[in-house]
Amino acid sequence: MVLFAGAMIVFFVGAVLLLFIGRAKGANIAGPLFAVVGSVLAMAASIDAIRTGGFELVLPWHFQMGLLHLKMDPLSGYFGLVICLVSGLAAIYGGQYMAAYTKKKQLGVSWSLYLILTASMMLVITAWNGVLFLIAWEIMSVSSFFLVIFESEKPRVLKAGWIYLVATHLGTALLLVMFMILGKNNSYDFNLVQVSATAVTPIFILAIIGFGTKAGFLPFHVWLPEAHPEAPSHVSAVMSAAMIKTGIYGIIRICIFLGPPRASWGWTLIIAGALTGIFGVLSALAQHNLKRLLAYSSVENIGIISIGLGLGFLGLSTGHPIIGALGISGGILHVMNHAVFKSILFLGAGSVLHSIHTPAIEKMGGLMKRMPITGTTFLIASAAICALPPFNGFISEFLIYFGAFSFLYASKGTFSVLASIIVIVSLALIGGLALACFSKAAGIVFLGEPRSFEAKNAHESGIFMRIPMIILAGCCLLIGVFSPYVINFLHPVFETITGHQPIGFTALESAAIPLVMISKTALIIVMVLFLLAALRWYLLKDKTIQETGTWDCGYAAPTSRMQYTASSFAAPITGMFGAVLGSGKELKMDTGLFPIFLSIKTHSKDIFLYLLYRPLFYGIEWAALRLHFLQRGYNQLYIFYIVITLISLLLWVL
Amino acid sequence: MKYIITTHLLFTLILCPVIPGIIQKVKAFFAGRKGKPVLQMYYDWGKLLRKGAVYSRTTTWIFKASPLISVATGIIGVMLVPLGKTPNLLSFPGDMILLVYLFGFARFATVLAALDTGSAFEGMGASREVQFSMLAEPAMLLGLCALSALSGETSMSTMFTSLQAGTRPVLAAAIFIVLLAENSRIPFDDPNTHLELTMIHEVMILDHSGPDLAFIEYGAALKFWIYASLTASLIVPPGFSGEWKSLGAGLIALILVVAAVGIVESVMARLKLTRVPQLLVGATILSLISLILIIR
Amino acid sequence: MNSIFNFLMILLILLNFRLLSSSRLIPCIHTFVMQAVILTLVAWLTHRHNLNIHLIILMSVNVILKAIALPWMLSRVAHKRAISRELDPIVGYTASLIIGALLLGISVLISQPLYLSHTAVENFFLPISLFTIFSGLFITIARKKAITQVLGYMVMENGIYTFGMAMAIHEPFIVELSVLLDIFVAVLIMGVAIFHISREFDHMDTDRLSVLRDL
Repeated sequence: MVLFAGAMIVFFVGAVLLLFIGRAKGANIAGPLFAVVGSVLAMAASIDAIRTGGFELVLPWHFQMGLLHLKMDPLSGYFGLVICLVSGLAAIYGGQYMAAYTKKKQLGVSWSLYLILTASMMLVITAWNGVLFLIAWEIMSVSSFFLVIFESEKPRVLKAGWIYLVATHLGTALLLVMFMILGKNNSYDFNLVQVSATAVTPIFILAIIGFGTKAGFLPFHVWLPEAHPEAPSHVSAVMSAAMIKTGIYGIIRICIFLGPPRASWGWTLIIAGALTGIFGVLSALAQHNLKRLLAYSSVENIGIISIGLGLGFLGLSTGHPIIGALGISGGILHVMNHAVFKSILFLGAGSVLHSIHTPAIEKMGGLMKRMPITGTTFLIASAAICALPPFNGFISEFLIYFGAFSFLYASKGTFSVLASIIVIVSLALIGGLALACFSKAAGIVFLGEPRSFEAKNAHESGIFMRIPMIILAGCCLLIGVFSPYVINFLHPVFETITGHQPIGFTALESAAIPLVMISKTALIIVMVLFLLAALRWYLLKDKTIQETGTWDCGYAAPTSRMQYTASSFAAPITGMFGAVLGSGKELKMDTGLFPIFLSIKTHSKDIFLYLLYRPLFYGIEWAALRLHFLQRGYNQLYIFYIVITLISLLLWVL
Repeated sequence: MKYIITTHLLFTLILCPVIPGIIQKVKAFFAGRKGKPVLQMYYDWGKLLRKGAVYSRTTTWIFKASPLISVATGIIGVMLVPLGKTPNLLSFPGDMILLVYLFGFARFATVLAALDTGSAFEGMGASREVQFSMLAEPAMLLGLCALSALSGETSMSTMFTSLQAGTRPVLAAAIFIVLLAENSRIPFDDPNTHLELTMIHEVMILDHSGPDLAFIEYGAALKFWIYASLTASLIVPPGFSGEWKSLGAGLIALILVVAAVGIVESVMARLKLTRVPQLLVGATILSLISLILIIR
Repeated sequence: MNSIFNFLMILLILLNFRLLSSSRLIPCIHTFVMQAVILTLVAWLTHRHNLNIHLIILMSVNVILKAIALPWMLSRVAHKRAISRELDPIVGYTASLIIGALLLGISVLISQPLYLSHTAVENFFLPISLFTIFSGLFITIARKKAITQVLGYMVMENGIYTFGMAMAIHEPFIVELSVLLDIFVAVLIMGVAIFHISREFDHMDTDRLSVLRDL
């Protein structure tokens, strides 16, 4: 508890101090320093919470609706670990990344907001009182909004920030309603939550929509691909890796309060997760802005987490605790895995943006030779996100697959077998599409010939920008190889979620054997690779090795523009799914027999933004305009409205 | 039991290059030719391993690493897939998921090596490869789903034991189609052609030479053996109780599957590219049908 | 005792009517001053028997603010800008009178079901206070010049003070203090603002403020 308090104090003190630094150069050193110290303390507190069960702190702060009640149980500790790991490393990265803005912008304010964001995220996961939770949630949304619009001189950035603000507040409104229903008798304390049987479903629906807006579930994800690309890269990493996970935390916490899991919850989460995942990765495949691609990929991974949790709840509700444990452990582990590899991807994208000054994939290429460390870590993260062994992404997806496969026979006669089939098919589709998407992202960006002048002259990023990526890549590999230990360590977290049905150690033991075998296999792969590399070296030892240009089938002058572009790489698949992706094409061509000028532009709009939200908001605006006659601009008229209302109310009441 | 596993592994690792030879012989038979010798691939190996290598200036370490990854995943896969009744060296519950994703890893490495060369041909091959594998993976996993639902087991070594007659042909057909797709055989890809418009797998390895090419060919042969083992286990009739007997029956079935591939290659032409997704979706539906038949 | 209160109440009602019907600005301010003085008088008369230093300070603050300081500020603005009449109100003066009578009727009607204990004095305060509030609001609504609207606001505060005296007979001063502070700050700001507005735009017709609306 001391560690947690220490971390909070460091964050708040740092936030206040940095406000006064302003534009000075020290902000770039002080900000990351405070962030790292605070994160280390909070991580220590979180690990302690997971191992020993956490702490509970009640401060008698009598404001209107509750006390200051904080509680860190293993679930909070786990999310705290994820949040602080990402925040600390992203801060180290950001210190050097923001150096380019030193004299031009208010860096002190930016770092102060960063510290407030981290502190508020830690408060969200430890708040044990509805009002405190909402206050922390709101601080988190507002501080991240200000961080997103860091480059507010560009209108695109402002527009993205605006969409983000509106979306998060719509979600928060629903959460407000939900907490009001949850807290009866004027107390919103979580210890006193008692939900009547009829209120369970509305609360669950409100939680899914409210927290799902923050997490990025399907129709509510539209702010993600707008806000994440425009934010500075270390902020994108924190938002994508840590902030959207607070939505997942909220859903899990509400489900814990609502009692034993029900089958309908499992079905909802599975179907929502499947649709989210498939749509997310399809849209990612169609993007040619690197950061937008990564944002959609975050949507996809939230879908995978939701599938895992849904399978877990379904298993628990139908009386199969082993399946429940497997599904939940897969979903929860994927939270950490996604945080790790998505951070590397966003930080890498930031490095590329830093040196090429444009996020368009079509202008990149050949960066592996110029940015070797960034490229290698980006590749490792891409392999991890496609769930390839021996990295960590494979472990979490394996747990979900394994749960689904085990469920097949167990649920053979019932309706639930359909759920496991949906899980397997959707995970398979998502896996295949993710492979396409990330081989495009990693391959076109880092491999091949540079496609533009800036790419040819790219330079490797600074040492502080590389160190966090290397650390995180190491985490990817370590979690993948040492997965049995990781799952063992996280056991208290799983028990907290399935609290109503104590699963004991035996349920996850069925998963322990495969995980141990996977680790062994990973080590064997590494051994075999070394042997083969030695063999290859021996074979080529005294033979001639030539270097020449790529085979060009006899064309006289191949250029880098003749390579496959990102859009052409993805074209077969995006062509198949054109209707879902809202694809469009603009072709401009000279007329006549020998056209000199030819240009083609493809784009893929988010169909939810254009077909669902825009018409909805236009409709609301139209209806509001009908009432326009009430607004004339005369003060007296408004006071007159007030008086009439007052008099009529008085007459009516009396 | 150790002997049988060792024998199985040695057989596989040494004999898998025979598979392309058998296919060539079958095709030659249909064409009325004498064809290449069955052991042709060994001769090719000897030639390639003695050569030096030529690398493109555009490529990075990924290009050199990808053949190694193909072979490594192939070797591990061989240790996972059973032939006959005995479990293999690395069998464990859920090993089929590892198998599918190991092949995904090999595919990732190959696609990246193809994009590494910065050539339009390899990019084209890579783009088609990811599209077809995206469609083939659900078919494969649904087939495995059907097996798992039937037997209640989640390890490949124990899944094939209880298979009824009705579902066998459907499931075997689905896995056979996936085999053709993943190993770049007709009707998905023609391993003999080198026209840029018609290649998929061949075009991705266009720039590899020397020992790298030898490794890639070996990895492809291992992959073929693995898929053929899966199909063979599906068509072996139940009733072979002894370990050696089931291994022998499995091997014979494997050769039959390989011959069947050769026959398909001889009597069909390559499909139009736009039809390939339809065929793969058809394979998925076949798996789905067998799954539905099992879970009813 | 009762008769003095009756007399003062009738005086207050008449003063309200004068406010409603007069177009001359300075006399309106003087009327407001008279209202404030009468109300302080009523307060002194009610609490005459248990005066303490607390109450004396409060009453003197009341007088200073409402009878001296604020009217002085307003008349200074009126003199500086040479405004003497409100010639073009939204609701004409005859109509204002009729509406004033209606408002008085409504106030009496509303205060019927509101039972207050204590003496008849308090019972009679209630309709008067409501009437003062309503007439203050009406002046704010029905006049165009900004300075008249400020005046209406202050009259409303007078009404609230009367209401406070009627209701909070045991703790009248908390209500009074808070409202007083409120009015002081508001009038201060409004006085400054009106001064600047009229200096900038050369007139004080809030009519033209409607240009600022959205569409």
